[in-house]
Amino acid sequence: MNAGMVTAAYIVAAILFILSLAGLSKQESARRGNLCGIAGMTIAIIATILSRDVTNYGVLMIMMLIGGGIGAYLASRVEMTQMPELVAILHSFVGLAAVLVGFASYLDPDLALQGAEHTIHNVEVYLGILIGALTFTGSVIAWGKLNGKIGSAPLMLPNRHLLNLGIGVACLILLFVFLGAGKGFGTFLLVIMTLLAFAFGVHMVMAIGGADMPVVISMLNSYSGWAAAATGFMLSNDLLIITGALVGSSGAILSYIMCRAMNRKFLSVIAGGFGTTDASAAAAGDVEQGEVVPTTADELALQLQDAQSVVIVPGYGMAVAHAQHPVSELTKQLRANGVDVRFAIHPVAGRMPGHMNVLLAEANVPYDIVLEMDEINDDLADTDIVIVIGANDTVNPSALDDPNSPIAGMPVLEVWKAGQVIVSKRGMSTGYAGVDNPLFFHENTRMLFGDAKDSVNDILKAL
Amino acid sequence: MLIGVPKESFPGEQRVALTPETAGHLQKLGYRIAVESGAGAAANISDRAFSDAGVDVETDVRALYQSADIILKVRAPGEHAELGDEVELLKEGSTLISFIWPAQNESLLQRLSNKRLTVLAMDSVPRISRAQKLDALSSMANIGGYRAIVEAANQFDRFFTGQVTAAGKVPPAKVMVIGAGVAGLAAIGAARGMGAIVRAFDTRPEVKEQVESMGAEFLELNFEEDGGGEGGYAKVMSKEFIEAEMALFREQAKEVDIIVTTALIPGKPAPELITTDMIESMKPGSVVVDLAAEQGGNCKLTRADQVIEHSGVKIIGYTDLPSRMAAQASQLYGTNLRHLLTDLTPEKDGNAVVDMDDEVIRGTTVIHNGKVTWPPPAPKLTAAPARPASQAGAVAAGETAQSSDMSAAEKSRSVLIAAAVGVLAIFAVGAVAPASFMSHFTVFVLACFVGYQVIWSVTPSLHTPLMSVTNAISGIIVIGALLQISSSSGFVMLLAAIAILIASINIAGGFLVTQRMLKMFRK
Repeated sequence: MNAGMVTAAYIVAAILFILSLAGLSKQESARRGNLCGIAGMTIAIIATILSRDVTNYGVLMIMMLIGGGIGAYLASRVEMTQMPELVAILHSFVGLAAVLVGFASYLDPDLALQGAEHTIHNVEVYLGILIGALTFTGSVIAWGKLNGKIGSAPLMLPNRHLLNLGIGVACLILLFVFLGAGKGFGTFLLVIMTLLAFAFGVHMVMAIGGADMPVVISMLNSYSGWAAAATGFMLSNDLLIITGALVGSSGAILSYIMCRAMNRKFLSVIAGGFGTTDASAAAAGDVEQGEVVPTTADELALQLQDAQSVVIVPGYGMAVAHAQHPVSELTKQLRANGVDVRFAIHPVAGRMPGHMNVLLAEANVPYDIVLEMDEINDDLADTDIVIVIGANDTVNPSALDDPNSPIAGMPVLEVWKAGQVIVSKRGMSTGYAGVDNPLFFHENTRMLFGDAKDSVNDILKAL
Repeated sequence: MLIGVPKESFPGEQRVALTPETAGHLQKLGYRIAVESGAGAAANISDRAFSDAGVDVETDVRALYQSADIILKVRAPGEHAELGDEVELLKEGSTLISFIWPAQNESLLQRLSNKRLTVLAMDSVPRISRAQKLDALSSMANIGGYRAIVEAANQFDRFFTGQVTAAGKVPPAKVMVIGAGVAGLAAIGAARGMGAIVRAFDTRPEVKEQVESMGAEFLELNFEEDGGGEGGYAKVMSKEFIEAEMALFREQAKEVDIIVTTALIPGKPAPELITTDMIESMKPGSVVVDLAAEQGGNCKLTRADQVIEHSGVKIIGYTDLPSRMAAQASQLYGTNLRHLLTDLTPEKDGNAVVDMDDEVIRGTTVIHNGKVTWPPPAPKLTAAPARPASQAGAVAAGETAQSSDMSAAEKSRSVLIAAAVGVLAIFAVGAVAPASFMSHFTVFVLACFVGYQVIWSVTPSLHTPLMSVTNAISGIIVIGALLQISSSSGFVMLLAAIAILIASINIAGGFLVTQRMLKMFRK
C-alpha cells in the first residue's frame, strides 16, 4: 500500500470515529456508533500494517493477539458495578502507551530532522510523554480509589497547590534544558520529567475526593485523548491527531457537564479537597435534627400497593449492594400492578457518569422510565412514594437551603416534596461529601435500615 | 410488666385499646398482656383472635385491674355498670394510659392522683412533629372526618357525584367544610372521593395549600388576620373577622347541600358559626354534620348525639363518630399506644420508664407518681413554619436570579476574551512554526471542534458507554507503536511492542465492553 492509499484509509477511519461518537449520543443509534468505532479502528490498523514502513509482522501479530485476548477477557468478565474501575485502568494503558511511544520516537535512530522541525518534534515528544505519564499514574490511582484499594478520602498534603505549581515550573525548565541537550543527556532529562509527571498524576488524583470521581474519570479520559494527539504530532500522523483531539475534547466536555451538574468549578475539582473546608462549620451550625422514623419492608409493601406513582432514586449504595436486579424485579411487579414506576438519576450518582443507567440497563429496566434530574424534579411533588436506594448527597435538601453546607448550590433531586420518602440505607453514616442529611429527619421520611439488596428482596417477599 | 386492657364501660363505646397486631408489637417490647373477655367484640375482634396472638383473656375484671401494672383504655375512667367507679378499680401505683381531657375533668385528675397513679393522657400528646406517630387526636379526627361524610351521605337523598344518565342529568353535590384540621381534611378527601364539589374554609391562611392539595377550593375572606395559634390550633378571632366570616357562610349556605363543621378552639366552647337563619336558607334535604357537637356545636341547633330536622335540613350531632368505625379506630388508636409504649420502653425489657426530660413524654404525662403535672410547659415549636421565612426565601431567590443574569453577561465577555486569546495564540504559532506543522495543527483544531459539537448533545444515560468507546478509540495510539515496531533499534522495537500490547488490551476491552453495555439497554 502506498502512502496515498494509507492516507485515504485514515480519512475513512477518522470519519467512522466521528460517526461513532455522534452515534453514541442517542440510545437508538448507540450500537451502530460502537460498530462504526470498531470498523474505523480495524481499517486504521490494517492500513498501517500494510503500509511500507511496517515490516516486523511477527512481533506485531503476537503482541496484538495477546493484548486483544486480555482485553476481550476483561470485557467479558467485568461486572457492571465495576465499570468505573475498568474504564480507569484502561485509561492508564493509553497513558502508558503514549509514554512508551514517546520514548521510542525520541530514541528512533531512523528519524533525522533538522532545525525548527527538530525542535518542534522534541517539544511534541516531551508533551506526549508528559501527558501520557500523568494520565497513567492518575488513572492507576483513580482505579485504586474506585475499587477501594486506596482510601477515597482526599489526601491533603501541606502546600499542595505550591507543590503542583513547583512540578509544573520544573517541567517547563526541564523542557528548555532538554531542547538544548544532546541525545544521551536528553534521554536522562526525559526520564526525570517522566518521574515528575508520574508524581504529579498521583498527587492530583489523590487529592480528589470519592464524590468527584465521575469528573476525574472523564477528565482522565480527556487526557488520554490529548496524549494520543500529542503522539500524532510527534509522528506527523493526522489520524492520531484527529482521534486524539476528538477524545480529548469530548472528555473535556463531559467533565464540564459533570461539574455543571454539581455546580462546581472545574478548576476547584481538579485542585481537589472537596468537602473538607466547611464541613466543621456546617456541623456546628446544625440546629434541629428531629427524629428518625424507621419502617419495615412489610409496611412499605402495603404502601406500595396503594400507591399510584413511585419514583426510585438509586445511588452508589445500590451499586455496592448489587441491588439492581431485585430493584428491577420490584419495578416489574409494581408496573404489573398498574403503578407508575420511574427512576430519577442524578447526573453524578455513582462513581462515573451514567453509572446508574448502565446498572439499571443490566437489570433490564426499560430506559424510557429512567429519567434525568431535570426531567423528573418537577414531578416529584405529585409522586406518592419516593424510594431512595443508597443515594445520599444527591437528595440532600441542605444543598438548597443551607448556604454553609459544602454542597450548597449543587442541584439535587427534591425528593422531600413527595408524599412519602423511603430511604433504604445501612446506617446513619454520611455520604461521600461527609455532610449530614436533614432529609432523614423530615416528617415524611421513613428509614428502611439494612443492606439495599436484602431490603428490596424483603419488600418483594412482602408484596 | 403486665398490661391490662379492660372492655370500655362507656355506653355505646365500641373501640378497644388493643388489637392482636399491636399486641404482637407490645410483646416484642417485653410486656405480658391480659385483655378482658369480650373487650374487642364490638370492634369485631374475638377473644379467640386475642388468645391466638398470645394475649391472656381474663373474665374477672377486678382481677384484671388488680394484676395489671399498666392499664390501656380509650375513654377516661368513668362509671362501670356493675362495678361502680373505675378509678377505685385501679391498682395503687399503677400506670393508666387513655384519653383523660384534664382541662375538663379536674376532679377526675384529683381522684387519680389520690391513688398515686401515673397517668398519660393521649389527648395531651404535644403537637410537635416527632410526636405525630402517637397523636391519637389526629388519628381519631381523621376517622371522624371520614365518617362525617358517610353519615351525611346516609342522610342526603341524592348522589354526591354528578352524572349524565339516560334518565337525565344529575348535578354534583356541593359540600362546604369549615375548619381544615385533620378532621376537615379527611372530610374533604372523603367527599372528593365520592365525587362532590368541595369548598373549605379555615381561619388559618397557611392551610390553603393543604386544602387545595386535597382537591377542594379554599374560600378566602378579604381580611388580614392570621388565626394560627400555638401548636397548630386555631385561636379566637376578632369581632370584625367573625362578621366577615359569617357573611361568607350565609352566602354559601344558600348554595351548598352539605355543611361539615369542625371548628374547635382548645379549652373553649365551640364557636357558633351556623345560625338558625342560615339553616333556614338552605335547600330542603340538605345536611349539616357538626363535629363539634360535644363542645356545644358549631351550629346553634345541634343536639349532641342526635339527628334533628329543622325546616327540611337534617342536623347530625353524633359525638361518637370514631366509635362508629370501631375496628378502624381501634387499630389506629392501638398503634398510637404502641408507639407511646415503644418510647416508654427504650430498653425493650418490658419495663416502662416515664422520662420526664423527654418533651413528648413530659407533655403526655398528666400525673406522675401521684403528683399532678398538668398543664405541661409550652412546646417549643409550632407545626406551621413561620411565614416571614418563606418571604425572605422568595426575596433571596430573586436576588440569585439577578446575580445569575450578571454572571451570564460576565460569562459572554470572558468567552469573547478567550476566543480572542485563542486566535492570537494560533497566529503566534503560525508565525514561528513550519508549514508541515501548521497543516497538522489545522487538523487538530478542527477535530477539537468536531468533538465538541458531537458530544454536546449526548444523553446523560449514555455517558458510561460513551466514555468506554472514547477510551477504546484513544487506543488508536497503537498506530504510533505500529509505525515504530520495524525500527532498526532493538530497544525502540521493545518499547513499541509493549505499547502495542497494552494499547490492544485497551482497544479490545473498550469496544467489547461498550458492546456488552449497549446490548443491555432496552426500551
